[in-house]
Amino acid sequence: MAKKKQEGYRVPLFDRIFKPQIITLPNGHTVARPRSRMPLILIALIAVIWGSIRLTGFDLGIIVRRGYQLTVILERIFHPDFSYFGKVVEPLFDTIKMSILGSVLGATLALPFAVVASTNINKSRVAVSLSRFLLNIVRTLPTLVIAKFAALIFGLGTFAGTVAITVFTFGVVSKMMYEAIETIDMGAFEAMESAGGNKYQSFRVACFPQILPTYLSYCLYSLEMNIRAAAILGYVGAGGLGILINERIGWRDYEGLGMVLLALFVVVFIIENTSQYLRKKLS
Amino acid sequence: MGKTINRALDRPMTIQEVYEARPRLWWLYTLIVLIVASLLTWSGTAVKFSGFASKGIEVAKGVGNGLLHPNTSLLFNLTEEGVPYQLFQTMAIAVLGTLIGGLLAIPFSFLASDKIVPKWIAVIFNAVILVIRTIPSLIWALVWIRVTGPNAFCGVVTQSVCSIGMISKMYITAIEDIDTRILESLDASGCTTFQKIRYGILPQIIPNFISTVIYRFDINVKDATTLGIVGAGGIGAALIQCINSSRWSMVGSYLCGMVVLMLFIEFFSTKIRNRLTRG
Repeated sequence: MAKKKQEGYRVPLFDRIFKPQIITLPNGHTVARPRSRMPLILIALIAVIWGSIRLTGFDLGIIVRRGYQLTVILERIFHPDFSYFGKVVEPLFDTIKMSILGSVLGATLALPFAVVASTNINKSRVAVSLSRFLLNIVRTLPTLVIAKFAALIFGLGTFAGTVAITVFTFGVVSKMMYEAIETIDMGAFEAMESAGGNKYQSFRVACFPQILPTYLSYCLYSLEMNIRAAAILGYVGAGGLGILINERIGWRDYEGLGMVLLALFVVVFIIENTSQYLRKKLS
Repeated sequence: MGKTINRALDRPMTIQEVYEARPRLWWLYTLIVLIVASLLTWSGTAVKFSGFASKGIEVAKGVGNGLLHPNTSLLFNLTEEGVPYQLFQTMAIAVLGTLIGGLLAIPFSFLASDKIVPKWIAVIFNAVILVIRTIPSLIWALVWIRVTGPNAFCGVVTQSVCSIGMISKMYITAIEDIDTRILESLDASGCTTFQKIRYGILPQIIPNFISTVIYRFDINVKDATTLGIVGAGGIGAALIQCINSSRWSMVGSYLCGMVVLMLFIEFFSTKIRNRLTRG
């Protein structure tokens, strides 16, 4: 690159402090080679790592000295107690039911919100930023905390879990959806509007078919995530496998825990593969 | 747009004819609707709304009040109980956990991509990655607590292990996308193996790897806030204690801190990742 004074180009602060290296080519041209940012990034990274080590009390020695303790539990988990299977079935189905219902409810709720939060459909900037702010806050709350609140408000059980999964799915799907809506082709929408359709009608015929495959694939994706998330919600009293997990750990019955995890593993494997197959078909 | 030509008619179709010949998938739609409806009714059987818990309304009011009136002295308290210290510890757990996880995932992902190793090795390592991914992070934390004791270090180790699953899955895609023709041209210009790796492979995968790690960092910060529930450090422990003892204004200040931290991190990680993908 030959060095040129470009109009309106501001030299970054870094390049003003550390002047670029000037290389003179055999034909007399000069080339400016900006200094590498690497040292700066490395220094920052090392500082962050050092601070983190101090804050967390990081000590590899503990793992070396007490690492054998890990095998004590893991070994028992990997020898699942198959006679426990009978007790796993019902909570397992509860977990699946919770995640299906929560995913469907959350994804349905997410669609209108996503439309309101996308800048190309909704021209009102106030409504867009307000809805996005709300969605951001919903998304930042961890599922377990939502589940804890839901369990306190609606009582222990699967209903609380469903509420938590609905809220979580709502946050994730609506964010992904408004990003998807913003990338669609607006020509058809404008054509429908100029042909006399109102906003709702135009959206339904012109935009909805465009986003439907994406929407369905996001729904399946969130179902995949939700099965795994729902399994631990019971830990705070929101129904499903988590209750068993909590109980088995409390009783130090790690063989039982292994059975619970094995059942979860099989279900997750089946659902993930089915949903990945369907998602491939959709795209 | 070109006109739709019907070969049998040997002339462009009229609009009416195109409309008549539109694909009809009503049986597929009916099937999908039926499946979803039956799944919903089936799952509805487990979920019953049994009214609010005895203290439900009180709790809901408390949470709302706490969020609107957070405990400001806790919010700006710089001791170990204060929100800033807890947030920094949560972030520190995520930083170390993600970095170590990202490093550990490198051998895993190379060993699990069948472009590089024989198929049977790839299958074994893919299974290991799947097992790591399926065991919930809370369980990992409970397993590691035996080793490290209930402290922030436990959170670090837990996240290092948990992150391997997702990170190596994304690394594998990056590795399988490598353009090998570049290696051939480097070969042709007489490069050594080291030079081939340095100039042929690393520039192709490093931006992808860094972007993956930053994305996982996002997730890990969120995850680290809940690891505290089982005693693995971070803000979760304090938060759950406050919820259990109904100190809503303190709950409010912890939640505010968490929301601000998450928004802040998400903003910057999206920015850095956008720059990485654009080069």
